Amino acid sequence: MKISEKWLREWVSPPVSATALAEKLNLAGLECEAEPLMPDLPQGVVVSLIVRTEPHPQAERLRICEVDAGLDETLKIVCGAANARAGILVPAALPGARLPGGKEIGAAVLRGVESSGMLCSAAELGLAEKSEGLLELDPDAYPGTPIEKHLGLDDRLLNLELTPNRGDCLSIAGLARELAALYSLPAKAPTIRPAVVSALPSRDVVVEDSQGCPHYVGRVVDRINPKARTPDWMRERLRRSGIRAIHPVVDITNYVMLELGQPMHGFDNARLAGAVRIRRARAGEQLVLLNEQNLQLNPADLLIADDGGPLVLAGVMGGAASGVGAGTTQVFLESACFDPIGIAGSGRRHKLLSDSRYRNERGVDPGLQRRALERATVLIQQICGGEAGPVVEVGRAPQYGASLRLRHSRIERLLGCTVPARDVPVLLARLGIETQAEEAGAWRARVPTWRYDLRIEADLVEEIGRLYGYDRIPARANAASLAPFSVPETQRPVDALKDILVARGYQEVVTYSFVDPKLQAQLDPGTAVVALDNPIAETMGVMRSTLWSGLIPTWLYNRQRQHKRARLFECGAAYAPDGAGTREAQRLAGLVAGTALAEQWGSQPGRPVDFYDVKADLLALMGDSAGRFCFERGEHAALHPGRCARILRDGQPVGWLGELHPRLAQTLDIGEALVLFELDAQKVGAAPLPQAAAVSEFPSSRRDLALVLREEVPAEELVAAARKAGGPLLRSVQVFDIYRGPGLPEGFKSIALGLIFQDYSRTLHIEEIDAAVREITDSVSAQLGASVRG
Amino acid sequence: MANDLEELSSRAAAEIDAAGDARVLEQLRVDLLGKKGRVTELLKQLGGMAPEQRKAFGEQVNRVKETLAAALERKAQSLAESELARQLASETIDVTLPGRGEDIGGLHPVTRTIRRIERIFNSMGFESVQGPEIEDDWHNFQALNIPESHPARAMQDTFYALNGARLLRTHTSPVQIRTMKQRKPPIRIICPGRVYRVDFDRTHSPMFHQVEGLYVAESVGLADLKHDLQRFLSLFFEREVEALFRPSYFPFVEPGADVHMRWGDRWLELLGCGVVHPNVLNAVGIDPERYTGYAFGMGVERLAMLRYGVDDLRLFFNNDLRFLEQFR
Repeated sequence: MKISEKWLREWVSPPVSATALAEKLNLAGLECEAEPLMPDLPQGVVVSLIVRTEPHPQAERLRICEVDAGLDETLKIVCGAANARAGILVPAALPGARLPGGKEIGAAVLRGVESSGMLCSAAELGLAEKSEGLLELDPDAYPGTPIEKHLGLDDRLLNLELTPNRGDCLSIAGLARELAALYSLPAKAPTIRPAVVSALPSRDVVVEDSQGCPHYVGRVVDRINPKARTPDWMRERLRRSGIRAIHPVVDITNYVMLELGQPMHGFDNARLAGAVRIRRARAGEQLVLLNEQNLQLNPADLLIADDGGPLVLAGVMGGAASGVGAGTTQVFLESACFDPIGIAGSGRRHKLLSDSRYRNERGVDPGLQRRALERATVLIQQICGGEAGPVVEVGRAPQYGASLRLRHSRIERLLGCTVPARDVPVLLARLGIETQAEEAGAWRARVPTWRYDLRIEADLVEEIGRLYGYDRIPARANAASLAPFSVPETQRPVDALKDILVARGYQEVVTYSFVDPKLQAQLDPGTAVVALDNPIAETMGVMRSTLWSGLIPTWLYNRQRQHKRARLFECGAAYAPDGAGTREAQRLAGLVAGTALAEQWGSQPGRPVDFYDVKADLLALMGDSAGRFCFERGEHAALHPGRCARILRDGQPVGWLGELHPRLAQTLDIGEALVLFELDAQKVGAAPLPQAAAVSEFPSSRRDLALVLREEVPAEELVAAARKAGGPLLRSVQVFDIYRGPGLPEGFKSIALGLIFQDYSRTLHIEEIDAAVREITDSVSAQLGASVRG
Repeated sequence: MANDLEELSSRAAAEIDAAGDARVLEQLRVDLLGKKGRVTELLKQLGGMAPEQRKAFGEQVNRVKETLAAALERKAQSLAESELARQLASETIDVTLPGRGEDIGGLHPVTRTIRRIERIFNSMGFESVQGPEIEDDWHNFQALNIPESHPARAMQDTFYALNGARLLRTHTSPVQIRTMKQRKPPIRIICPGRVYRVDFDRTHSPMFHQVEGLYVAESVGLADLKHDLQRFLSLFFEREVEALFRPSYFPFVEPGADVHMRWGDRWLELLGCGVVHPNVLNAVGIDPERYTGYAFGMGVERLAMLRYGVDDLRLFFNNDLRFLEQFR
């Protein structure tokens, strides 16, 4: 909300600058900024009366206006505005004037006629973004008055961003109350006397939904002057709050909303039929709004209706058919209190924003309706004339808001400091909260109607804290004793895993959890995904089922920026539907692209990264001293069918490692080598508690064995078979070479194993080792068809 | 005879001295002290000498022999040393050439910041806990005193999934709720994690990170909150931070506050906090008459931007390696 400082100061005027005032509000929890209304005021622009106009002899569209600018003689000013006519008052920039934005005005000759200055539009004076024609001023304005004085332009704006609980401050009256409380000053308010009531027929009001509308007041104002004009002072105040002047009655209801905080509505009474009903919408009902939008109403919408059907979406926006217009002579004024929740619902459902909704969904003072109605009546009579009918009232305005018990001890507990008991009633009284001592250390507090946000004891404590000053609450070191937290050693934290990857050259990235459904369907087809109902973009439409959906675009992004290789990883959740809900699993995933090593001197240049480079990283990550992990050939849609491993831990799947499927590489236009892995962070992090075994004091013996076997037999099987056959003396088995080529039949390979034998209690005999090796060769020959290479 | 010896001795010494390498020196040793060497030859003459003469001459020859042997030894050592020096010189490398192998990687600045926040709060007795990112309405809103149609819901535009049955958490506060339902006070936790809001422009990202904090015990109030956050900020920024606590509104706290910190000549809004609302404690079955607590929620990217001088929120999620590598 933006509001004029001058206007506010008519109600309460603390002796401080606008900036200091804004700062005070900020410290009280009302976000506020003070800014000058116009950084650059017009100079040399005065109110002037167009006395007479005559056509320009040379130009059809120009007129020569004879203007009374309050000088001894009238001036002749050439003007092209369509509304330039005798009898109106307009701003005239006299020679030597300076308009906002720096434009200088001098005497000029326009198509052969001398012009002593320029008649101005609102836009030329910096009062509007754009405007049509000359700015017409009050008919009783005084020629010669500087325009900045007439319009009071030497003003500041207070720009307030209030939290949703402080709807009570969305008006001059509310802000004045707050400032009065903060500065301990009295707030002035205009005296509002009830209008003299004429014996006019009144319109019936029927509230069918008293929960949605607990209080409704209305009245007819008849015989208003349809030619009346909203005075400049009111137009200006509205303009400063961002509201355009439309029609005097509309302007007045808006003005009262800004002044007192009560959104109101003015109907053309002649367009209403029968009683005004406040009811819920019926199925299939429609309403054309002021903004010409045709609403399909929802049965939860609260309406103002008459016999002819819906008139207004209650508290949100008026209808096009029933509003006041140019010919209106009879007004039905509405001032009502609505249930904020219903208003918020309608507003959100129909995506309608209005000043009225903004206030009604935050709540309006339930004690304000009648006062606002009288205020609007008085203003209408002042500006448009007319006679006021009797007030029709349905429901009742409460006299007070909540009645709350407040304990002194509670203040101390919630704030953590002592506010002297005698100060409590004084602080609350500044806010209009009446207190009565109950038993010792407790009060009964009666909240005024406008502080409907104060509903529980803690709300009062906050008010006391606010007025006492948060800055005066001391910092206190509290030491409640808490149990120390557990440090499980058999589950390595994800942070430790990340550190391992970082040490091995991986850069962590953080990508969005919502990804492109198309890419994900290619990477992880057939997996059910969690789709968003309201994504920001189609390409951010589903929750990732694999972290690769974020890693691959990240690589593509960097590749476009001339990166030739990368080692990337991300750690985070992957999401899946799970019954009626969803399931999340922490994953650790990586992408390695380009060459195995960065370009560097003295090494084999440009070898593309492959499966085994990354496998070494994963083995390091797994810290697999116990040999619980195994890699087996697997099939994954995203991975090369011949270069893809499923990783298991104790037989349970843990993740995947493989090279990008060439078909996908082609689709994604990836020419470089690309290896991907994805692991369950939880399962990879699990680590057995080490149990130390004795270290042998006796020498070990090594035997190397080259075994020829068919290509399709995995090395892992050979090693496992050798381990099993080697007996207790075989300490370790290591693959140290793979050979294919001359000397071997097609489709065969040779795997060289290094076998280490050792015993804990003695040095082994050659015969024992020979026997064990024989056992191994026999066994792998029988099981895997492996023969010793000659 | 003695003159011959003298001459041999001085000539041999000169020859040893002049020997250029180990091979020449070895030749010289054989030539002088070998079986047929010149000195050995002299000793052979001893047989034809008178006994008294023999003794004196023998001693003389032996002395020369020892002298020459020592000279040979010295020369051998000196040659070995210069040989080693030559070899070492030839093996010298350019130590300024770059090292080989893989460079170090790095953590994302958001992770780095979360770790820092966690370490500080862990040291202050806060335990780190986690919760799901896809939540239900009850945990994300209702239990936090944000009923349906509450205007505060508009403060946090929400992503929904499964036809509205689930939502992406708009803050880390549901972890508070989950923790309080599981544990009895005293509770002191922080919950870092991803949060989501339908908002996408220069200063808003649809996904960002928060760290939630919660402390519930028998008597915890605003004064404790001020103390702990003040301490956290000073530890995080490694200087005395001037912080301002201003009343504010969040449905799940009362009294509520937001914390601003002095940054040059401005106050920067850093985080929201307050005393846990009794409705929240009631929702999780904790008696608000017996227990009180405070809660806070801070934006990780905000802190990272201030700490590391990042001026555009989007940089965190573009994952441009040229940006990320600055945090190695």
